[in-house]
Amino acid sequence: MKTSDIALLINEPACPNNANKAKGGCTRPKPGATAGGCSFDGAQITLFPIADVAHIVHGPIACAGDSWDNRGTRTTGPALYRIGMTTDLSEQDIVMGRSEKKLFHAIKQAIDTHAPAAVFVYATCVTAMIGDDLAAVCKAAAARWGVPVIPVDAAGFYGSKKLGDRIAGETMFQHVIGTREPDPVPESAQRPGVAVHDIALIAEYNIRGEFWHVAPLLDELGLRVVGALSGDARFRDVQTMHRASAAMVVCSNALLNVARKLEETWGVPYFEGSFYGVTDMSNALREFARLLDDPDLTARTEALIVREEARVFAQLEPWRARLEGKRALLYTGGVKSWSIISALKDLGVEVVATGVRKSTEDDKERIRDLMGDDALMLEDGNPAGLLKVYNEKGADVLIAGGRNLYTAMKARIPFLDINQEREYAYAGYAGMVEMARQLALTIENPVWSAVRKPAPWAVNRCAGVPVAA
Amino acid sequence: MAEIIRHPKPLTVSPLKASQPIGAALAFLGLRNCLPMLHGAQGCTAFGKVFLVRHFREPIPLQTTAMDQIATVMNADENVVVGLRTICEKSKPDIIGMPTTGLSETQGTDILRLVREFRARHPEYAGTAIVPVNTPDFSGCFESGFALALDAIIDTLVTETRHAGRRRRQVNVLAASMLSPGDIEAIKEWIEAFGLRPVVLPDVGDSMDGHLIERQHSPLTLGGTPRNEIETMGESIATLAIGRSIGAAADRLEMRTGVPTFRFDHLVGLEACDAFTQTLAQISGVAVPARIERHRAQLQDAMVDTHFMTSFLRVALALEPDLLKGLSDLFVGMGAEVVTAVSPVRAGVLESVPCATVQIGDLEDFERSAAENAAQMLVGNSHGVEVAGRLGVPLLRAGFPLYDHVGGYARGWVGYRLARQALFDIANLFLGQHHDIPAYRSIYRTDAFSAPVRPQAGAGVVCH
Repeated sequence: MKTSDIALLINEPACPNNANKAKGGCTRPKPGATAGGCSFDGAQITLFPIADVAHIVHGPIACAGDSWDNRGTRTTGPALYRIGMTTDLSEQDIVMGRSEKKLFHAIKQAIDTHAPAAVFVYATCVTAMIGDDLAAVCKAAAARWGVPVIPVDAAGFYGSKKLGDRIAGETMFQHVIGTREPDPVPESAQRPGVAVHDIALIAEYNIRGEFWHVAPLLDELGLRVVGALSGDARFRDVQTMHRASAAMVVCSNALLNVARKLEETWGVPYFEGSFYGVTDMSNALREFARLLDDPDLTARTEALIVREEARVFAQLEPWRARLEGKRALLYTGGVKSWSIISALKDLGVEVVATGVRKSTEDDKERIRDLMGDDALMLEDGNPAGLLKVYNEKGADVLIAGGRNLYTAMKARIPFLDINQEREYAYAGYAGMVEMARQLALTIENPVWSAVRKPAPWAVNRCAGVPVAA
Repeated sequence: MAEIIRHPKPLTVSPLKASQPIGAALAFLGLRNCLPMLHGAQGCTAFGKVFLVRHFREPIPLQTTAMDQIATVMNADENVVVGLRTICEKSKPDIIGMPTTGLSETQGTDILRLVREFRARHPEYAGTAIVPVNTPDFSGCFESGFALALDAIIDTLVTETRHAGRRRRQVNVLAASMLSPGDIEAIKEWIEAFGLRPVVLPDVGDSMDGHLIERQHSPLTLGGTPRNEIETMGESIATLAIGRSIGAAADRLEMRTGVPTFRFDHLVGLEACDAFTQTLAQISGVAVPARIERHRAQLQDAMVDTHFMTSFLRVALALEPDLLKGLSDLFVGMGAEVVTAVSPVRAGVLESVPCATVQIGDLEDFERSAAENAAQMLVGNSHGVEVAGRLGVPLLRAGFPLYDHVGGYARGWVGYRLARQALFDIANLFLGQHHDIPAYRSIYRTDAFSAPVRPQAGAGVVCH
């Protein structure tokens, strides 16, 4: 991919982050002090959940071999996305210039054995560096075997995970979205008095099946998800996303480019929202009703919200009583920082500080709205710094991504995993109850006092307290 | 002698192979106060970190030279120097391990020169040892990356001496990647039982065993072989090299120091355990302790108890070469038959695996072969769960990565006691499957009929 194309993607007009980055470019990562994934990582997170596609990673073994099938995204049908596929290039392939040919035959093998709806081919560092022409190979393969073959040119060294998300979104917009018309609504799904509206979801990944907490409500309201990027999606769904009447960008500013282009090109209005927390969940439903501008839908939505909120608050009551006044240190990226704060407020949990490493000015504004002007925002999430804030603020639980899970365990502090790798589904009203349960489960567990207590024979030492230097 | 075969195909499906750089990273994680830094793009490290975190359920110190587009196109020399400086400044490690990746190797990096350049520019960090090692992911696998790193550690930290035997009770243990933290612990106790003092390199048993420390956090490894211990390896009376993959590292240590080497392909099963015990008795001049005799007798008892379940058992294994050899020997020693053996790469030890053919391939090849050969039990990493589910046979978890079970990293195979536990587990997996013949109901029976309901044991579920 050309540097100029990358610059264009980084310069996303719909992303409020642009305003405060004068040069439009991201800062270079610092050798020896960098955490986080690469662009390839971002691209695969965004696209791998498309379940009936053969996802071929074109490069030597590390990119696929070290990471395949490691995400919690769920499907209702085909599970082709869970099968790791790679050209596994050898030194000979690279030195002798055999990699393009190998890729061409690899695509054939994938089509022959798995009959996928489409093949996505991902560039990696080595193949981008040696100049493999992915677009040409994909085009030739598609012409030869009559299956869509899409090049995803997001090599790791292009930049951050977020850039990879953007490239993936851009690729879908260029090659997939708008290439098919949606099927008519099946007769069996029509209900008297319920008009069907088509909607699209962007950056919803159905982690641990959490979207299934939300989906029944959408069905009830007559909102048909005509296409999603990319939780429980099929290739044919993504093709029809342009026909949505409204789109929601779920907890992500990385894929705002897709939403913006859907709006500009196909006139699909969008909003940014979240399914986490009672307030945000209700707001998301309201936003759909607002964008779809159907008074009957609005009325039914309000009625559903009243019913669901009453039910969830009743279920949360016992948990609220236990969690009220507990203090959480939140460290998570971007939009999730405010959406989770809102969810925690619903539970009566106070957020003592939150990470904002990947948040935009917009996100920070929302955080200030929720936490007040003196909200403590952490730019750097290194473990030592997090633990320092945790201790200073007297927090009861650390809420962060899987990366920090074992940092918390080593430090003997309660932890809730909130990122993609998590084990539980937190979206929707029902997810809120699960989140409350998980919070109480870790905060109240007796192991913490057991592992903080020194051994009976260690008179003057206390485990868990930093050793005096 | 097994025939090594490979069905060439352009697409690797459900890879069995993990990359050399993270194998190398694990070797460095077995050194005390160490921080490995992969020379490549930040994703190489991010993926490696997640891989190791999920397996060990531990925080994993691992850094990156963070090659971006400019560094990739122009050159990445400055990334290495800045990366080394940053780590020295911030974390003051004793050792920095620096494996390369496919990206930096394709670019043609010269890491030895870069380390020299760093030394010249930053003499203030002379106290930190730096171990560079070439580990591109376009060749080898996890195991070979680990072995290359071990060789580089010896090359960098063990000086040319002729003081072998000066420390009369000290023995070196060179440990291959197939040895888990649980294995290393068992080996240390085994050696100590003979009054000897083991220096294990790398000691993942000390760093990756999963233990809470007093401090809340450390940016470096939480244990492992101390640098000053590595420097004394030339004074030991013997070196015990376990695993064929680390042969080159063992050669180098012997050449450097003259300490005699005793080599073992693995320590799994009665025969291998006996050879090791015999060697320890020989080196130490101490008779085999009664405790070990008892453990041996217990293993023998377990062997006779479980042979009913293991005899004729058709086993399919997908593992890296060293462990493939070790566990195959264990099964065949119990009367089982290895019907499928798949390794991600070629290696010398594969020829000695006790079966007709060893296939170089992935889990797709493994599944096909296991199905064709009607395997009754699979042995492999957590990715094998799906295969086991489809074939409807149990999976014995072994190798890397093990992310769907807690404590996989702690599970060991070596020595009499762990072999005994392995036999119990294998037998239980077998018993968890149903082997009843379908009931026949005579046409003359007149009692009320209801279909029998019985619990279905899932893949890998142990029922008692």
